Amino acid sequence: MTTRKIEILVGAFIVLAVAAFLMLALKVANAGISGSGQSYVLYAKFENIGGLKVRSPIKVGGVVVGRVASIDLDTVYYTPVVKMEINEQYSNFPETSSVAILTSGLLGEQYLGLQPGFIDETVQILADGDSIQDTRSAIVLEELIGQFLFNRGN
Amino acid sequence: MITEKLQNLGRSTIDNLAGFGRSGVMLFGALVGKPNFRKGWPLLVKQLYVIGVLSLLIILVSGLFIGMVLALQGYTVLVKFGAEGMLGPLVALSLLRELGPVVTALLFAGRAGSALTAEIGLMKATEQLSGMEMMAVDPLRRIIAPRFWAGVISMPLLAMVFTAVGILGGHLIGVNWLGVDGGSYWSTMQANVDLYQDVVNGLIKSVVFAVIVIWIALHKGFDAVPTSEGISRATTQTVVTASLTVLGFDFILTALMFGG
Repeated sequence: MTTRKIEILVGAFIVLAVAAFLMLALKVANAGISGSGQSYVLYAKFENIGGLKVRSPIKVGGVVVGRVASIDLDTVYYTPVVKMEINEQYSNFPETSSVAILTSGLLGEQYLGLQPGFIDETVQILADGDSIQDTRSAIVLEELIGQFLFNRGN
Repeated sequence: MITEKLQNLGRSTIDNLAGFGRSGVMLFGALVGKPNFRKGWPLLVKQLYVIGVLSLLIILVSGLFIGMVLALQGYTVLVKFGAEGMLGPLVALSLLRELGPVVTALLFAGRAGSALTAEIGLMKATEQLSGMEMMAVDPLRRIIAPRFWAGVISMPLLAMVFTAVGILGGHLIGVNWLGVDGGSYWSTMQANVDLYQDVVNGLIKSVVFAVIVIWIALHKGFDAVPTSEGISRATTQTVVTASLTVLGFDFILTALMFGG
């Protein structure tokens, strides 16, 4: 009788702990939801990526459509190449789309802002492995301040 | 006089070294060997109840209050920068990475470790352990092994319960009382907490702490001088040594996991 009660209480303890782990994994870390869907890959070359990191979000109009998969340096031109993984659900970006490195808020983290371009009969749709040509680099605050001071000097 | 001091130093060093050796031999004898699940399972469940389930109340209450205090303290600083939206990651990261594993280990050393040491020390003082050996029952396998596994299993579970309750406590104070936006509490948390970097590393920490605390508690009990004074000293030593070792290892693990 008491053994049975103890077994039930131990079982309840383990269930509670597993529920706590699931809450931590799903609600707090938000794993499993973002990584599950199919995705395709696009590339973009920048002059300067500023503070962009792997797993930074890619947003269209503020909605997250993918994440940065990797950031490498092109060994021919020595410019950063960003590999973007975009959700299969959003697979109809035309090749006239542009991508810019933006900052959320004044001190927030940096993200990639994707701006869909126009479509006519000569414009093709970006497919897996294509590159986006129209890119705008990150604004580096120090350069901006330097320019401002230089302009004031004149 | 100097030679006497040197002698004492040497003696305590050799004693400590022998103590390490005895604890290693004890753990080896308890864990290595053919497992007998049919006999071991009821003993393990009993110890899971004593060590895990009975520690649940103190873990739940202290987790809730630590989460609430974190939210309260963090809010007063963050609101100066207008960054009270970052309260979620503050509470979640400090609980997941540090406070969950460490405070659970300290509470566990006080709540379960001291009880284990006293129990085993008293078994030794009343010669129950010798009695078992006379009946050809290995006290290492019968007494030490189920308690060790019960501790190693239940402490990570307790740490997760602690962390989850702490985050809910932070939500209670931050969102329901101080008026932080509930959506941004969760969404900034989800944006900043990583499953492997934070949740799994915290879990690894608490497994390491579990081994440390339970090993020290069992060894101090098994090695206690079998008198009432010896048992009381062993119990004190368990809490002090386990707490200090946990804090030391916490620094090393933090440096390894998050330092680079």
